[in-house]
Amino acid sequence: MANLTINGKTFTLDVEPDTPLLWAIRENAGLTGTKYGCGIAQCGACTVHIEGIATRSCGVSVSEAEGKKITTIEGLGSRDALHKVQEAWIAQDVPQCGYCQSGMIMAVAALLNEKPKPTDADIDEAITNICRCGTFQQVREAIHTIASA
Amino acid sequence: MSKHVSPRMDRRAFVIGSATLGAGLAVGLDIPFGPAVVRAADGSPEIGAWVVVRPDDTVVIRIARSEMGQGSLTGLAQLVAEELECDWTKVTTEYPTPGQSVARKRVWGDFSTGGSRGIRSSQDYVRKGGATARVMLIQAAADAWKAPVSECTAANSVIIHTPSGRTTTYGKVAEAAAKLTPPAEVKLKDPKDWKLIGKGVKRLDTVDKTNGAMIYGVDVKLPGMVNAAIKDCPVFGGKLKSFDESKIAGMKGVKKVVKVGDTAVAVVADTWWHAKTALDALPIVWDEGDNAKVSSESIAKWLAEGLDNDQPAYVGNKNGDAKAAIASAVKKVEAVYSYPYQNHATMEPMNATALYSADKCEVWCGTQNGEAAFAAVLEASGLPADKCDVHKVMPGGGFGRRGQTDYVRQAVMIAKAMPGTPVKLIWSREEDMAHGRYHPITQCKMTGAFDADNNLVALHYRLSGQSILFSLRPEALQNGMDPAAFQGVAQTGEAAFGYSVPNLLVEHAMRNPHVPPGFWRGVNVNHNAIYMECFMDELAQAAGQDPLEFRRKLMGNHPKHLAVLNAVAEKIGWTMPAPKGVYRGIAQVMGYGSYVAGAAEISVTDGNKIKVHRIVASTDPGYVVNPAQVERQIAGSFVYGLSALFYGGCTVKDGKIEQTNFDTYNSMRINEMPKVESVMVPSGGFWGGVGEPTIGVAAPAVLNAYFAATGKRIRSVPLRDQNITFA
Repeated sequence: MANLTINGKTFTLDVEPDTPLLWAIRENAGLTGTKYGCGIAQCGACTVHIEGIATRSCGVSVSEAEGKKITTIEGLGSRDALHKVQEAWIAQDVPQCGYCQSGMIMAVAALLNEKPKPTDADIDEAITNICRCGTFQQVREAIHTIASA
Repeated sequence: MSKHVSPRMDRRAFVIGSATLGAGLAVGLDIPFGPAVVRAADGSPEIGAWVVVRPDDTVVIRIARSEMGQGSLTGLAQLVAEELECDWTKVTTEYPTPGQSVARKRVWGDFSTGGSRGIRSSQDYVRKGGATARVMLIQAAADAWKAPVSECTAANSVIIHTPSGRTTTYGKVAEAAAKLTPPAEVKLKDPKDWKLIGKGVKRLDTVDKTNGAMIYGVDVKLPGMVNAAIKDCPVFGGKLKSFDESKIAGMKGVKKVVKVGDTAVAVVADTWWHAKTALDALPIVWDEGDNAKVSSESIAKWLAEGLDNDQPAYVGNKNGDAKAAIASAVKKVEAVYSYPYQNHATMEPMNATALYSADKCEVWCGTQNGEAAFAAVLEASGLPADKCDVHKVMPGGGFGRRGQTDYVRQAVMIAKAMPGTPVKLIWSREEDMAHGRYHPITQCKMTGAFDADNNLVALHYRLSGQSILFSLRPEALQNGMDPAAFQGVAQTGEAAFGYSVPNLLVEHAMRNPHVPPGFWRGVNVNHNAIYMECFMDELAQAAGQDPLEFRRKLMGNHPKHLAVLNAVAEKIGWTMPAPKGVYRGIAQVMGYGSYVAGAAEISVTDGNKIKVHRIVASTDPGYVVNPAQVERQIAGSFVYGLSALFYGGCTVKDGKIEQTNFDTYNSMRINEMPKVESVMVPSGGFWGGVGEPTIGVAAPAVLNAYFAATGKRIRSVPLRDQNITFA
């Protein structure tokens, strides 16, 4: 059993301590917005915030995440009050297939917390998620739109 | 439909709809609302097969092709809405299931979403579907007003009787319209009158992709569902020999170990993580067979032999006598190029959820071809068509991979071992890398010959390598020849060669290694465009001419090819000097009925570190339905094509694919990708595709710029094998 604090709610889950956080979030907590892409922390589709820091949840065990504040895409904003990154993503039609976008949005939200007005170089350094559809142009433009608001 | 399937259908007994996953469309012919009216699940009437109108004026447009990120769902809805004259802000969409379509004599046509056909192959009948509904709705209003229909018009879902000024809405007359006999013929709008087609309206599927709510195949949840992980014999063509189930018997969550066909084994558990953990611990013995002796080296050697003129080959395009002209030429240039296997590497690995019982089988999955998935369910379940169905969910990328149904078949086979229990099969990334349907492997020897005035008098283009159709659609071969092998260098058609050469010979020595090929975004255009467009640069260099001018001289008879080439040349400023240290490359090709060209500006550090500063791309697809989405397809084609050029390439060792995940099969990141400046030059009069053609020019534009920068020709992919990477 493990206690995980996800999106402000405590989940008591029947899960082994060495289970990757990604699978505890998806299968035990039932929050499927966080995606599986590679399982080896390469692609970033599983990015969540742990204590506000963008983290690839496939590479973190449940035991490492216990007691920490975890935020997933479902907890970033709400339907009534979207997060500014979600608003920009909708306004600029960023997603194509959309599968990588939960992780992409979480990575961008963390970057903007750290640097509200990131340069292109800041974006290049911080946003390392894979997008096979190739939405990078829209991602970059949307970040700059938020930063200049 | 697969040739294996002959649907047995009893219309009256056909049970339609899915109560389990969302509000599935339910269409029945015997529902007691009125004899002729067909209704959606919520009771709203259908106005022809493509349109449902709800009382609140919401218009539901049926989409048969699959959305997988390319935007066709929105584009197809625009096509229907244009003719329907409905309020775009009240448009929503839904997928009919393949089972429903088959039950209604395939009223929604082809579900296959590949070959950049989503829009171009549907545009005529979906626009007619919209126009038919409009005519019926206006007729219903005219009938109610007892007015001549000629005095009534519709716009924005409102019908007006012009002489009296009376108005009504689609929602109010939908019931009456649904009872009318559809007109036998409808007239489509002149393109100059289009209001919605050609507008970059927002996609209809974005919001749920930003908040975690969109359901992809891996996210499907059904009551009592279990999860499966699978391993198929890593050597293609090999078999499963044995596995020792006792070793994982006590592992947490494990429910069952299932042999899947002759080649694979799956572990079923409460969670997928438990299933995968147990599968990794399961001792498995494979019977790898003779293919275990095959390597990239042995394949390359076999393909190289096919480049020899003494070996048999199919002729795909020919005029004059290229061999004789080359033999007697003043000067000749020869080069050999190669292109490797590539995995689609969709962000979402293959997966499908199946629920089987003795009298019913349903599948939920992302698929590019609902009817092929349906056929796979029939075949794997052994049940007739009226007992099966497929519910399409959003795929996390397709790129051609999800046109195949191997994963659907596997899910049904596992579910058959657990009747009544829904089983979700998810491939690990490693399984996805090991069991792709790979971009085919080829080599190409090209010989060009010049006269004394440096005019190109002959070109011999000899391909050696794999045929996709041979493996996947043998019925499409023509006397053994794969006509698709000549995409981009064909004599005529939707992928025609854009140059006139007095003596031309284009041929293909077919060699089919054991690695299964598939339709990988761009398909045969990819390697043909690299070979031809890089060699064009070699020929220009040999002739001492500018690469653009050299091409232009050969393109006089190909004005549409030339127009897009000119458009990129102008946009990138070809005739003006590039910034210091920056070099340019250019390329053009025709594919999927569209004309495309691309140009790149790059700089090179230390001879092997490339920075791409600028990309300009032009396309003429005839008509542009949604320019915002076309722009995204063009930019995305460069990301996919350049990822393959720099980082891709699947190699074979001991009969298996060596690359296992994104650490060994990398993909471009945002820091490596410049803005793509797209120039759309739709010339009208034809409908071309946009999802794939541009990928053809991505790699050759950069490779030609690399030559301009370094004087070195790169003739094989990927660049990582030559220690060349992004700066």
